[in-house]
Amino acid sequence: MANVLVVAELTEDGTVRKTTHSAISFAKSAAAGGTFSILVLGAAAKAGAAELTGFGAAKVLACEDASLANYLAEHYAPTVAEVGKGFDVLVACASSFGKDLMPRVAARLGAAYAGDCAGVSAEGGKLTFKRPMFAGNAFGYCQLSTAKQVATCRQSEVDPAEPSGGASPVEAVALVAPGAGAARIKHLGVASVKSERPELTEASVVVSGGRAIKEKFFDIMEPLADALGAAIGASRAACDAGYCPGDFQVGQTGKIVAPSLYIAVGISGAIQHIAGMKGSKTIVCVNKDPEAPIFQISDYGLVADLFQAVPALVEELKAHNAQKG
Amino acid sequence: MKILVPLKRVADPANHNKIKIPASGDSVDTAGLEWQINPFDLYALETALRLTENGKTPKKREGEVVAVTLGPKETETNLRSALATGADRAIRVETTDEALDGGLVAAALKKIVEEEKPDLILLGKQVVDGENNMVGQALAELLDYPMATFAATITEEADGLLVEREVDGGVAKVKLTLPAVITVDLRIVSPGSVHSKHTDAGFKYGYEEVRFAPLPAIMQAKKKPLAVKNLAELVGDQKISTTYVKFEAPPGRKAGIKVKDVQELVQKLASEAKVI
Repeated sequence: MANVLVVAELTEDGTVRKTTHSAISFAKSAAAGGTFSILVLGAAAKAGAAELTGFGAAKVLACEDASLANYLAEHYAPTVAEVGKGFDVLVACASSFGKDLMPRVAARLGAAYAGDCAGVSAEGGKLTFKRPMFAGNAFGYCQLSTAKQVATCRQSEVDPAEPSGGASPVEAVALVAPGAGAARIKHLGVASVKSERPELTEASVVVSGGRAIKEKFFDIMEPLADALGAAIGASRAACDAGYCPGDFQVGQTGKIVAPSLYIAVGISGAIQHIAGMKGSKTIVCVNKDPEAPIFQISDYGLVADLFQAVPALVEELKAHNAQKG
Repeated sequence: MKILVPLKRVADPANHNKIKIPASGDSVDTAGLEWQINPFDLYALETALRLTENGKTPKKREGEVVAVTLGPKETETNLRSALATGADRAIRVETTDEALDGGLVAAALKKIVEEEKPDLILLGKQVVDGENNMVGQALAELLDYPMATFAATITEEADGLLVEREVDGGVAKVKLTLPAVITVDLRIVSPGSVHSKHTDAGFKYGYEEVRFAPLPAIMQAKKKPLAVKNLAELVGDQKISTTYVKFEAPPGRKAGIKVKDVQELVQKLASEAKVI
């Protein structure tokens, strides 16, 4: 039984990001009969906190301060660590926010850190964290021996918590001033890619394109994504070549996704790519090379020239959608 | 600029699907896989070299690059390869792989930073075997340094470094005043991603990813300084706090079927997989 602190993540417009809901589920597993609280930080943290009162937390703590308007670990970590002193385990989702912040918090607390966990179990009074390693070719189960423990969870491996009712009390917590080093970093802005599509890590359908599509990346992939209500991903090679933004990358070191349907278009299937999508329920690939490794993990493979097959697939899907109404 | 680049060796990442996990589950067997420098650490080294040169005259180092690793004697092979690529000196911390975890590595690096006083510590964002993604952040906290993780571009300006970071949903831009910690992401090795103050703004390197050491440099690297320290000198009696109690292979996926056309594909997705 542990007392767990969840560090919530807010979007740029101050609403709670869905990553937080996965972190709450993970915290419940880690608490194993204990309680959990949620900490929200930001310039409008109280509004975020108000969104999180229905998840069964003992408390929702809000640290609201203008200096937290733009996320910087240097400014967030001192307060998270200070609040964390009252808990056994601190968790967040392994989004770019959680991966950036939580190791810093752990170091501040002298705590060990388990990153990007696929799960956690509590047996014999000890937490065991399950971690994907070696590009998804092994799970390692680790235990941390420090008084405090810090962990992040992989969003695609942990179902988001649903509101359970109740009204957790919201309490304000004071900002802890950052260290001297924080004066040496300045946030200059975020160039965000605004999209009407679902987020890659949350979408139930993901369509990913490879380098073979070249400059036609969006011409080919967007109609397919539209026909399926899908998020668009890409192989590393397509991102590196500049055919799409870097944060489209699905793979071991990019986004890890596990949708119900994943369609890989013109992607050969390097092990680093497979590590990022092999948890998908159904995998489809379209590739002109029948020997491409992606066929070995695909439920349905289509050997075809993608420039003809994908538009034809879009038409077929539209017809299917129309028939389904 | 003086830059410290920590490197870790990993079993050949291109063949991680060939690792074996014995029935006992007490280890991961990487036998038969060649030791290499973690790809992200190689990118950090390439970044350090780009930041300490004029891209047009890369043989002349404008600053110092110090490579450091923690491990047994055989890891000196990796340090020699970093020296051949262009690092000026190397430090090896004598220990075994089993005696380390991320927290201990960060603690040891902190001591080395205090001794070496680099302007910048450049690391890979994560190692591709353990994938814990923590050392850079933990080191920054221990030093009370500012940090920029997941760096995709770095531009040196008169008063610091402009860094573009790859984050969920876009690119975050920060300005760092040194000393600082940066961890690098994949795109940092694009031809136009890193510009030192000596390199023209529009300059692009003529190769993808990282430079290779020419044969004479490999010979010369044998003569470059390589210091050895003991882990205990750096961290005292601090021990690892992360213990792996078990490993297991993830459930495998089997190849399915090949469909003949898009009509069959849509029909299977609708009636068999029931995902559309």
